[in-house]
Amino acid sequence: MHTAFEVRPELQSPAYVPSPTTSQPLIRVENVSVRYRVPQERINTFKEYAIRSLQRRIVYNEFFALRDVTLEVMAGEVFGVIGRNGAGKSTLLRVISQVMKPTMGRIWRRGSVAPLLELGAGFHQELTGRENVFLNGALLGHSRREMISRFDEIVAFAELEKFIDTPLRNYSSGMQARLGFAVATAIRPDILIVDEVLSVGDEQFQAKCKDRISAFRRSGATILLVSHQADVVEDLCDRAVWLDSGRISAIGPAREVVGKYHDSHP
Amino acid sequence: MQSSALIYDSAERKWPIVHEATELIRYRDLMFQLISRNIKTRYKRSALGIVWTMLHPLMMMVVLTLAFSSVFRVAVPHFAVYVLSGLLLWNFFSQTTNSAMSELLWGGTLLHRIYIPRGIFAATAVGTGLVNLLLSLPALFVVMAFSRVQFTAALLFVPVAILLTALFVMGMGLLLSTLVAYFADVYEMFQILLMSWFYLQPIMYPISIIPESLRWLITINPMYYFLVIFRASIYDGRFPSGRELGLAALIGIGTLAIGWLTFTRKAEELAYRI
Repeated sequence: MHTAFEVRPELQSPAYVPSPTTSQPLIRVENVSVRYRVPQERINTFKEYAIRSLQRRIVYNEFFALRDVTLEVMAGEVFGVIGRNGAGKSTLLRVISQVMKPTMGRIWRRGSVAPLLELGAGFHQELTGRENVFLNGALLGHSRREMISRFDEIVAFAELEKFIDTPLRNYSSGMQARLGFAVATAIRPDILIVDEVLSVGDEQFQAKCKDRISAFRRSGATILLVSHQADVVEDLCDRAVWLDSGRISAIGPAREVVGKYHDSHP
Repeated sequence: MQSSALIYDSAERKWPIVHEATELIRYRDLMFQLISRNIKTRYKRSALGIVWTMLHPLMMMVVLTLAFSSVFRVAVPHFAVYVLSGLLLWNFFSQTTNSAMSELLWGGTLLHRIYIPRGIFAATAVGTGLVNLLLSLPALFVVMAFSRVQFTAALLFVPVAILLTALFVMGMGLLLSTLVAYFADVYEMFQILLMSWFYLQPIMYPISIIPESLRWLITINPMYYFLVIFRASIYDGRFPSGRELGLAALIGIGTLAIGWLTFTRKAEELAYRI
C-alpha cells in the first residue's frame, strides 16, 4: 500500500521544486501525442461488433489529434492557442485539463484548473438558477460551503437577482451564459481555460467578462486562451502556439506566431 | 478542494481501483448535488410530485394483486405484501442499473469538457435509487398494517438487506455502464433482458409453484438471494439464516468487486469512447 502513495523521484528532482520566481512552468507538455482509433465504418452495436470481429473485418483508422507536442506555460502568463478547426486545439485543452490521458508523452501541471468552455454545459433546464449554481459549482469541484459563501457575488455578477429562483428553461440564452460565466469564475483558479467564449452575452457583459479575466491576470492567474480568431490572441496573449494538424507550426511571442499564421492564411 | 499545491502528472502510476475511490470521496458534494437533482427533477412538473415514488409500485401491486391473488391464494397469504416487497427491491435494481447507463451517456458531453471522476454516474444512480427505495418504504409499511402482517424485530435487518442489494446493484451498474460506453445497443438489449428477468423470479408467484426440476432457473439468478433476505425480514418476520445471508453477501461483494475492477480499468478510455 505504502508504495502507491510515495512521491516519485522525478518529482523531487530540482526541476520540479517550486521556485519563488514567477517564470516557473505551471504546465509542462512533454512529447504528447493523442491517437484516436476510429473504426473505418462506425460500429455502434454489439451485434455488428460480434459479427465483424468473428470475420476479423474491423479496420481501424488511426489518426493523431496531437503529434509530439512539447511546450511549457509559465506561471502568470496568458498563453494563446491558435489553429484551424481540427488542428488539435480542443484536444490539447483536454489533455491539460485531465479530461483525457495522452496516448504518449506526459502532462505535468501544478494548480487548480477551471474550464470556461461552453458555459453551463452541466446546467439542468428544470432546476432553478439557484439550484444550478450549486450543481455547476460542484461539477467544477467546489464544495457546497465554498459556493454558499460566493453565492450572492455570483448572482450579482450575473445580474440575475430577480430571476434566481426561476427555472432555467425560462432564461434567455444570454442569461444562461452570464450565469455560467459567473459560476465558472467565482473562485479564482490557478489556471483558467478560455475557449471561444468571449462572444457571449451583449457588449456590456462581454466587457465585464474581459474585465474579470484581466483581474485574474493581474492577480497572477495563468490563462490559456483558445481561439481561431488570431486577432484576439494577438491582443490578449503574451505567448502563443500555432497548431496545424496536431503539430506545432510555431511557438513564441504572440505577435510573431500570429504573424506567421496570417502569412500562411492570407 | 482548491489547493495551489495540487499536482497532476499524467505519467504518475496510480492504482486505478484506489484512485477512483479517493476521487469519488473528494467529489462527494457533486454526488449529493446530482442525487438531489435527480430526485427534484423526476416529478418536477407533476402535481403530486414525489408522491409518485410511492404511488407507482403501489398501483402495480394493486394490479398484480387483483390479477393473481385468487390464483395463488392458498400458497401465498398476504399476497399484497408479498408482491409489493418484491416489486420494491426489483424496481431498485432495474431503475438504478438503467440510470447508471443513461447518466453516463448524458454525462458524456461533460466528460469531454471537465474532469470529474467517471464513477460518479454509477454512484449517483445508486444513491438516487436508495432514496427512492427509502421513500417508498412507508407505503410498504401501510400495506403491511392493512394486511395485518406482524411487525417483528426482524425488520431491523431491512437496512442490511438493502445495503447488500445496493452492493450488487452498484457492481451491475458499473459493468453495464462500461459496456454501454462501447456498444450503445447494450441499453436496448438490457431492457429485453430485464423483462424476461422479471418473470424468472418469484416476485408475483411463490417459488413453490416451480417444479423441482426447473428450480435451477430461479437459483442461478443472483437477484433471487436478495429477494430472499429482504422478504425474510419483512414478509416472513424472521432473520435470514446464516447461509442465506452469506450467499447474498458473497454475491453482493463479488459483483461489486468485478464491476469496480472492470470500470476503473477502462475509466481512462471512457473520454475517448463516449
